Amino acid sequence: MNIKWFKYSSPQTFYPLAGKMIPWFAWLAVVLAIAGLYVSFAIAPTDFQQGEAYRIIFVHVPAAWMSMFIYIVMAVWAAIGLGLNARLSAMMAQALAPTGAIFTLLALVTGSLWGKPMWGAWWVWDARLTSELILLFLYLGFMALQSSIDDPRRADRAGALLALVGVVNVPIIYFSVKWWNTLHQGSTINMGVAPKMAMTMLLGMLLMALAFWMYSIAAALMRVRCIMLERERSADWVKELSAGGKS
Amino acid sequence: MQWASWSAFFNMGGYAFYVWFSFGLTALCVVWEVLALRKRSQQALRLSKLLAQD
Repeated sequence: MNIKWFKYSSPQTFYPLAGKMIPWFAWLAVVLAIAGLYVSFAIAPTDFQQGEAYRIIFVHVPAAWMSMFIYIVMAVWAAIGLGLNARLSAMMAQALAPTGAIFTLLALVTGSLWGKPMWGAWWVWDARLTSELILLFLYLGFMALQSSIDDPRRADRAGALLALVGVVNVPIIYFSVKWWNTLHQGSTINMGVAPKMAMTMLLGMLLMALAFWMYSIAAALMRVRCIMLERERSADWVKELSAGGKS
Repeated sequence: MQWASWSAFFNMGGYAFYVWFSFGLTALCVVWEVLALRKRSQQALRLSKLLAQD
């Protein structure tokens, strides 16, 4: 493949490209969410143990997956930014953090709303819940650290270090239900093992997860465009873009 | 179809509060984030246009 990848590693070329990509990811997210909600509510059967309350799974599990996945992607971008001193990579990491934090919060709150009717408690300090709460603090810490340092390149480096140290928490969350005896149920899907849930339940969950994934890309691209403009206000490409009247 | 009627659907087998709160909050977060991002990008564009004029 003869694509000049490095061509897109500078903000002035990536800015319009990101602008063209956003509507595609946004529409994919909408279509997948409609399909996912239809399967989740109209097709997936009632759970024989948990009744209709189990339907929270269709937002809870995809949100929890995204909370961990976005953190890893964010840490990878931060590491590239740190290693290659690439400013666009650091901006990508910064753009992903708030979306990741929102999904972490949603995973925690929807889990709480599921825990109350099933366990009788809004919250328990078991390994899965506690490590997911730490993930929320890592996201918030990353955002607070970045915004507390005025020099953006120094802020990038400090944020990247925090993101990289925090990445150890992700496998802890993922394997917590295996390593410790938790009140939280085991993984819904295990690699190499046929899923124990009905195929339609699985399909609903996967469609919702894909919708969240596409949404996350669209949101991160929207945010990275804002960050590029805010940070590079005095750069020639922003001046040309603004003078041309194009958005 | 899993539901005998619309009211059965909204009742969610007695778990209406938990189920609809979960989905409602998720929808609210998504809408809020998109609106906040729109506002932020409009502000960023407006400011860089002002700067480009000098």
